[in-house]
Amino acid sequence: MTRMARSAATVDPFAELDAPASASPARPGRVRRFWSAVWPQLAAIALGLFIWQVLVWLHWRPSYVLPAPEAVLARLVKDSTTPEFWGAVFTTLRRAAVGYGIALAIGTLFGIAIARARLLRAAFGALITGLQSMPSVAWFPLAILLFNLSESAILFVVILGAAPSIANGIVAGIDHIPPLTLRAGRVLGARGPAFYRYVILPAALPSLMAGFKQGWAFAWRSLMAGELLVIIGGQASVGVRLEFAREFSDAEELLASMLVVLLIGVLVDVVLFGRLDRGIRERRGLVEQTA
Amino acid sequence: MALPLMLVPIPPSVASSDATVELEDVTKSYGVGATATLALDGISLRVATGEFLCLVGASGCGKSTLLNLVAGLDRPTSGTVRVSGGAALMFQDPALFPWLTVEQNVDFPLLMRRLPKLDRRRRVADLLEMVRLDDFARRRPHELSGGMRQRVALARALAQESPVLLMDEPFGALDAMTRDLLHDEIERVWRQAGLTVVFVTHNVREAVRLGDRVIVLSSRPGRIAAEYHVDLPRPRHIDSTENAELAAEITEQLRALGRPAAPA
Repeated sequence: MTRMARSAATVDPFAELDAPASASPARPGRVRRFWSAVWPQLAAIALGLFIWQVLVWLHWRPSYVLPAPEAVLARLVKDSTTPEFWGAVFTTLRRAAVGYGIALAIGTLFGIAIARARLLRAAFGALITGLQSMPSVAWFPLAILLFNLSESAILFVVILGAAPSIANGIVAGIDHIPPLTLRAGRVLGARGPAFYRYVILPAALPSLMAGFKQGWAFAWRSLMAGELLVIIGGQASVGVRLEFAREFSDAEELLASMLVVLLIGVLVDVVLFGRLDRGIRERRGLVEQTA
Repeated sequence: MALPLMLVPIPPSVASSDATVELEDVTKSYGVGATATLALDGISLRVATGEFLCLVGASGCGKSTLLNLVAGLDRPTSGTVRVSGGAALMFQDPALFPWLTVEQNVDFPLLMRRLPKLDRRRRVADLLEMVRLDDFARRRPHELSGGMRQRVALARALAQESPVLLMDEPFGALDAMTRDLLHDEIERVWRQAGLTVVFVTHNVREAVRLGDRVIVLSSRPGRIAAEYHVDLPRPRHIDSTENAELAAEITEQLRALGRPAAPA
């Protein structure tokens, strides 16, 4: 095709029709938006702390078993000034990242294969759903036999916990791609791996997020179970701190460690997945504009 | 007749050069045995290089089947389909990729052909200018109106740089005003790019407005029922008296065939 230029005299007949379909409406200020999203969550946390405090006031259990929220928070703040605390958190996060990353790769490959090959779906479709509902703790005896008390044993279970959810999410996501999108991709010359890389995966992405999120939840649970069961000498982790706190009957430390587990889980879910999900939907015009 | 000022000669290529698309005794049936349905029956068709051919017929006449065969998405049961240089296909739905911007959508066929980046950028800019959407390059499909989306789809189809453009009721879902403007637009692009166009529609007026030639297909099985050369000078207008009269004449003959097409 030759290079074509629009003649300067051309008047654009579309000028009036070219009003974009969705003009972005006036948005409230950043601070207000942030506040309106955050205050219900703060209120929920306050309510939780309040119930905890009431139980303490009622002397339901002695304070060396159930300490006050104030004491636990103070311990958490104090812990967070020590390098041991951050070392443990780092070890746990590293395991989570490695385990989840491998689960993501394996789950994605299996998911694509099962979604696209009828024979594989018939063979493994039900099995993967079965694996997904199997409690991952049940894998630990086998994992310890296979890998001894090592990090590999923990990662093995984390991967087995997360990969089926991710694979299932991929299958569901691919199943819901509009046939026209696939046809357009073919017509426009996408073949082989490029078809998956540039058409299938991006088209499925919004519905994949649910599987990715669920996979993370399973990975995080399996990791905590693993860190409690498989204790590796000289390698502190959040789970190890939790377990040691129980052994030394240090209730403050125990609850502080539990708060860390909760916080990391919530942060990854809300900050990482929440933002990714919203970003993906906004770019595709899948978010209803609500002021 | 139209004012002499508005007369534009039909491209000489229509009359002189050889066929770009050639179908010989093409038959297409679906299923086997007693339940087989014949979608197309004995279609022989030549489309000259640079010609604008319109196919009209009621729904279910096998228009889309015919386009799929020419596009190479499907194989005929018998007969031969020959397309020199490949064909690009446009649907009624723009089928843009919602995860890509306007320019990335247009770039898609170029990316699939692994052209160098600089080359791609230049071609995308040219194409967006041609469909007059250069100001919307960074927008996402959901931010555009229906007519704009269809123009992006046109630019994306042109980016395949196939000499043949196949259009399957591309303006069927648009309002009348946008559709009229897009008629002018596709006519201009067709000439600028020197394309051969096969345009499927159920709207006889639209076919007469655009086509050098209009072929009427009968339904079940799809056969060529009639063929008209449209000698009206370009640019034409869909509501002009000549256009409407010729469309009425074709519609009349369609009715006489006992195969009513949708009125314009």
